[in-house]
Amino acid sequence: MGEFEVHRVRFFGLVPAGVRCLACQPRGGRLALARTDGAVEVYNFAANYFQEKVIPGHETRSVEALCWAAGDRLFGAGLSGDITEYDLALLCAARSVDGCGGPIWSMAANSSGTLLAIGCEDGSVKLFQVVPGGIQFERNLDRRKGRILCLSWHPSDTHIAAGSIDFLRVFDVCSGQTVQRIMVNYHVLKVRRECIVWSIAFLSNGTIVTSDSFGRVQFWDWQRGTLMESHTVSTSAVLSLAVSEEEDSIVVGTSTGATYQFQLLPVKMGSLEKRWVRTKPFQHHTHDVRAVAHSSTALISGGLDAQLVIRPLMEKVQKKGYDAALRKFTFPHRRLVSCARKARLLLFQFSQHLELWRLGSTDETGKDGEVLPLCRMPEHLVQLKSKGPEHIYCSCVSPCGSWIAYSTASRFHLYRVQYEGDGVSIKKVPKVPKLLLPAYQLQFSSDSGSLFVASARGSVHVLQLLEPGGCKHLHTFRPPSGSSEAVYLLASSADGHWLAAVGGDWAIHIYDMKCFKVGAGAGGMTPTSLPPWGAGCQWVQRIGPLPVSHCCIPRAGLGMGLWEEMGGGHRWPRLLPSACCPPALQHHSTVPMYNCAVTALAIHPITNNLVIAYSDQQLFEFSIPEKQYTAWSRMVQNCGLHRVWLERDSPITHITFNPKNPSHILLHDTYMFCVLDKSLPLPDNSALLMNQSTLKQLPETARQRQLHAFKICKKFQPLLYADLLDENCLVMVERPIMDIKTQLPLPIQQKKFGT
Amino acid sequence: TFFCFHSDIYFFNICLEDCLSSLWKHILHSSEQIFLWSDTFQLVSVKLTKAAGQDLEAKELSVVLDGVDASPKCIAFGRETYAFFYLKKKRTTLIIGKDLLNIIKTKSGNNQFACIACHPTEDCIATGHADGKIRLWRNFYHKKDYTFSTLHWHHDTVMDLAFSMEGTSLLSGGVESVLVLWHNESNCQKDFLPRLGSAIEYISMSSDGTLCCTLHTDNRITIINSNLRFSKSIQGLIKSRDVKTGLVVDPRTKALVLNGEPGHLQFYCLQSDQQLFSLDIVQRQYIHQAGLNQADLVKVAFSAQGKWLATVEEREEVTDPELQLKLWLYDEETQSFKLNTRINMPHEDHITDMCFREMDELEDDSLILVTAGRDCVFKVWVMVEDTDPEGSVSWSCDFVGSYHNYQATNCCFSEDGSLLAVSFEETVTVWDSITWDLKCTFCHPPGKIRNICFGRLTCSKYLIGATDYGFLCCWNLLSCALEWSAHLNVLVLQPDPLSEHIAAVSWLSKESSLFVFKPNEPRPIYIQRNLCKEKIQLAAFVPRDEPETIVSEKYHWLRRSQLFFLTDTQELMTLSTKSLEERLTPSSKQLAVEESLPVTPFSLLLGKHRRQQSHEDIDLGKQVHNKHKQDSPAVKELLHTPAHVLPSASFLCPIFINSLLISKENKSAEEVADEVEMESEKTEDDSDEERGVTEMEQEDTSAMELLGEMTRKLSKSQEKELRKIRKMDYSWISAF
Repeated sequence: MGEFEVHRVRFFGLVPAGVRCLACQPRGGRLALARTDGAVEVYNFAANYFQEKVIPGHETRSVEALCWAAGDRLFGAGLSGDITEYDLALLCAARSVDGCGGPIWSMAANSSGTLLAIGCEDGSVKLFQVVPGGIQFERNLDRRKGRILCLSWHPSDTHIAAGSIDFLRVFDVCSGQTVQRIMVNYHVLKVRRECIVWSIAFLSNGTIVTSDSFGRVQFWDWQRGTLMESHTVSTSAVLSLAVSEEEDSIVVGTSTGATYQFQLLPVKMGSLEKRWVRTKPFQHHTHDVRAVAHSSTALISGGLDAQLVIRPLMEKVQKKGYDAALRKFTFPHRRLVSCARKARLLLFQFSQHLELWRLGSTDETGKDGEVLPLCRMPEHLVQLKSKGPEHIYCSCVSPCGSWIAYSTASRFHLYRVQYEGDGVSIKKVPKVPKLLLPAYQLQFSSDSGSLFVASARGSVHVLQLLEPGGCKHLHTFRPPSGSSEAVYLLASSADGHWLAAVGGDWAIHIYDMKCFKVGAGAGGMTPTSLPPWGAGCQWVQRIGPLPVSHCCIPRAGLGMGLWEEMGGGHRWPRLLPSACCPPALQHHSTVPMYNCAVTALAIHPITNNLVIAYSDQQLFEFSIPEKQYTAWSRMVQNCGLHRVWLERDSPITHITFNPKNPSHILLHDTYMFCVLDKSLPLPDNSALLMNQSTLKQLPETARQRQLHAFKICKKFQPLLYADLLDENCLVMVERPIMDIKTQLPLPIQQKKFGT
Repeated sequence: TFFCFHSDIYFFNICLEDCLSSLWKHILHSSEQIFLWSDTFQLVSVKLTKAAGQDLEAKELSVVLDGVDASPKCIAFGRETYAFFYLKKKRTTLIIGKDLLNIIKTKSGNNQFACIACHPTEDCIATGHADGKIRLWRNFYHKKDYTFSTLHWHHDTVMDLAFSMEGTSLLSGGVESVLVLWHNESNCQKDFLPRLGSAIEYISMSSDGTLCCTLHTDNRITIINSNLRFSKSIQGLIKSRDVKTGLVVDPRTKALVLNGEPGHLQFYCLQSDQQLFSLDIVQRQYIHQAGLNQADLVKVAFSAQGKWLATVEEREEVTDPELQLKLWLYDEETQSFKLNTRINMPHEDHITDMCFREMDELEDDSLILVTAGRDCVFKVWVMVEDTDPEGSVSWSCDFVGSYHNYQATNCCFSEDGSLLAVSFEETVTVWDSITWDLKCTFCHPPGKIRNICFGRLTCSKYLIGATDYGFLCCWNLLSCALEWSAHLNVLVLQPDPLSEHIAAVSWLSKESSLFVFKPNEPRPIYIQRNLCKEKIQLAAFVPRDEPETIVSEKYHWLRRSQLFFLTDTQELMTLSTKSLEERLTPSSKQLAVEESLPVTPFSLLLGKHRRQQSHEDIDLGKQVHNKHKQDSPAVKELLHTPAHVLPSASFLCPIFINSLLISKENKSAEEVADEVEMESEKTEDDSDEERGVTEMEQEDTSAMELLGEMTRKLSKSQEKELRKIRKMDYSWISAF
């Protein structure tokens, strides 16, 4: 595996926000999740539950309920009283409509997705019609006192059941009248105690299922208003409830962190009589399970301990494999850490601030596994707080450590950091170009001369960084065929020649920046070559403060002609001489489409091969100069990867290389760090994939025979980031789960036997 | 250990020609089928044909499965006649249904199956697991869609489960000695009946659902009302985890004393088969949990008159054991033992043996206690008077003896108390009990000494020792030489305190044999080979109240005391000189006495009713019916004796069947009696047994007469009939 000096970093104090609500897309393969800080995430079932889209939170925009309507439109509502539609292509809140009923506690869409019902603080249930481009208020249903905490439509869309404190009501949608009112209170020795109906579900046979604060799951006949069955599952509240599409299974989540499944089972073989039976209990959470969802193959639960747990139903899974594994997601599937290799700095991204740390150092050496004493402690250099209520989308530090950039939904910030001895001064770069915001990913070039900004509609902006503290917009790359999805991953080559970008449609575009060499010494740009583009070739870009312009290259070597939009339909023609015009920045190639999400990609510094990791754990290597997969990649696809490798349940989040050892690829996910040695044979399914510990015990000759390409280290868990500082120095950023637990409020006290 | 409620007693007279070779262990019956499974791990189903009579002939026999666990907890019958569920030998596989409908495997770990029960009305199976969880399986008719829910309260293995008759509640029990009642299969609704004394091994519900009963590991049955109220407990000899104290006879009560409840000493009365009392020795709370090291009683000794009791308790620790020697004085007022002295760590290591000097004629101050320990010493403890004015006494160490740093393994005093023999591994040392001088040593190498004892009465000059190398040696104390030795692997050596006889139990080729001998002659006077299949652990001679007259020369040595054995499965056995019939007869006599009820209005009514019935019977000449009324003593005994002390059914069966047979000889005798009725009245046919029975009958009738006089309501005709009865010959009864 090779020996590394490892910086084991544990000072990234990230506390992920708890899960507030979940919504499965009806008949779709997506799960929407809202966190307590207002962030909304979308997971794709087909892409192995990859966290496909993240819309960062907002201080004033809490989300209490999420629902899918009209196919793939996502709506959220919260205590601010607004109903918000999310733009899943631009990854931002698109439109907001005031519900006019005070804080909104619950929202539900009807089965056809044309109507939204919201339950408000003032006790009203309001219907909104989903129309193209927004929602329209339709009418109010019968209003009574008491906040509406939960709502459920009857599958035939004729009735709505609404849960409140101490009672539940059934509304007729046509007349808007309350047709049934059922008390669900709880009497202990004639003392009436408040009973909160936390969650409700309306089944097609007229049964209403409620879960309440006394730990009961109750089944009601709505027409007669009678209790049919009552199951006490917990001593504390049952907070959430979800029904499967076939209505034969229910999952409930309690405030003790346990989830239970209820199943509708025949009492006897062959008899029609069926009964709800509480079956499997699961205890994966430590805190309140605020949200549950029931997909066709799995029970999904999210808790205030920030975990999303996907527990597959074994009987529904056809074969043992990736789908049959229990998976727990605590950390985002993208990087929150960036590393300045040369300056040995780490930049940590929190929801509303950034922290810049300098790594500690040691002057001692030791044997394998030894802990070396530090001669200089790690140092917290800068804390950068973002202004305003918006949360940070992305951030990056340049390899030299002198530039920091981050973006929120509406603003882009670039800072110049200067180090004078032990002191650090930070200066905001004025007049950053007005780009189409937000930026979804930021990436500095390896010489720290330019910044790549991933933006909406598949575009990537290139900013040139100027000394002593300025920047200039150079160019915008766009995919030739156009795209509506935002770019979420970037990779640039070490020689500054290539840039790879992945958009939400999972297409990987490679752009050529060959004539775009920014020589540090020259302080300008020198076109080295121009591609053989003919006249009439067009593309769209924005330069400086001016809006969209058309430009074209009339002939090789002559420079560039462009139109500057002056507003009011006026255009000014301008011809830029080739010396100062942007060189022919062009789309180079597209990696063949693969029907899975890209989780990480990187360009090899020497061979300029693009290494791509997909969410189904496949690895590809694409040679950019040759525009085709490399021989090794073809060999991997022919032989197939190891079964254990494919069954891992967290995606690879970062890839890097060792310049001293070109055949090595370094990659990691949350639970392992792997050095992939291309020069060694691939393991077959009979071999042990994680064989490092056994290899250590073997004699040299036997070891040579057992070696295979995957050298996996599971010592560092959970691993948020790993990078190579120089050829034998690694940095590993860990965030122990126990450290997060101590930051959370105390869980409900439960008597545990034997303690 | 098959345990279930019977609504009626069925007797299946099963004749399986080709199956008689293997021993059939259990019988479970559904309406049309019987399932049998044997110690060969075979499950066999027998189809029953409908027949009018009691005897059925079952010919269809099929082996259902091999490899079934032999425990009855491993199989249960469901609602469907054909559905049964059982567990494989390794207890990790649950197989449902006849045609292997579904096979469920548990992951290797701590959740092996321990017991199983089926819901009476629904398709639901409850299984208890080694990790203390109860799983309720449903929907198991589908290979994949089966599902289960979990109930968890027990912290240790769930030993048994039982559903209520309606299936609405489930009972479970285990090591915790708590009966748990689960309502509606809910984890939150449960009731407990705690403090049941010891681990629950079996649970059974009565068929009407009003009672449930639990069988405990300490050989006790508890009957519990349906509302979880304790109702009654049936208890004979308490089965403790391990009898470390040996069988000791309390000189005062003649009760057998041994380990009882954990940390207690039980006094068990052999005559009445009940516990006299239980003495708490350890006086610490016992925690019902597996795998805990808790203090337990290991040695006990009584002084000759039963005035003093010495006990040793220890807590097993790997590094250093915790030991306590306690001396208890019998308090006449409270009729119980009172703690007098407690000595912490009397020895550095385990105490191997302990004895009092038994000197009947001497006063209290000569009482000496000797303890032998693995720390290579024996210690002599004497009473010293305390300095306080009350003049109470306490015990302290007087002498410490050792021999070449060998571990002391046994100790015993000679009958007159003048000599103490202590065995040190291979050597027996004899000490003067006054000066504590080492008098002489004996050994019989190779082999360490396992048991030693002195001869008694005429044989008091002999010292007997048994070695673990398989030799029984008898040394002459006068000549200090080996008198004789025999090659015998002796496990137990027990002298009779009232005679010269010594009983030795050997263990050879998987059977125990008994040898009784006198030390002065090397030939045993009684040999009983193949006493039992189990290993005999302990033996004790219990003195009889009065010497029994034993005709047989063979059993002469049993005249003054009775010999009891305890096997390693804790079955208490005794050697009887009489056959089973003989033994049962006297108790039936007692029953007859019982019938002369005290005179209460109810008894009068009852007596009248019974008499009338018997008269009618005789009137009609229903001989057969009559016979039924006068059940044989064996059957009576069978029906009156508590179930837990009855011998096995296979033993009782021939007696029962014999009792139903009408033997030819007797019938002819009856006829003869009828013919010669007048003459034979005074010339009774003489046989001892018959006389006994007729005597009994006379007693009966006199009692009736007495009743008749008191009521004075008999009509003339009835009196006539009564007289007629008296004249009748009942000699035929003797046959039963």
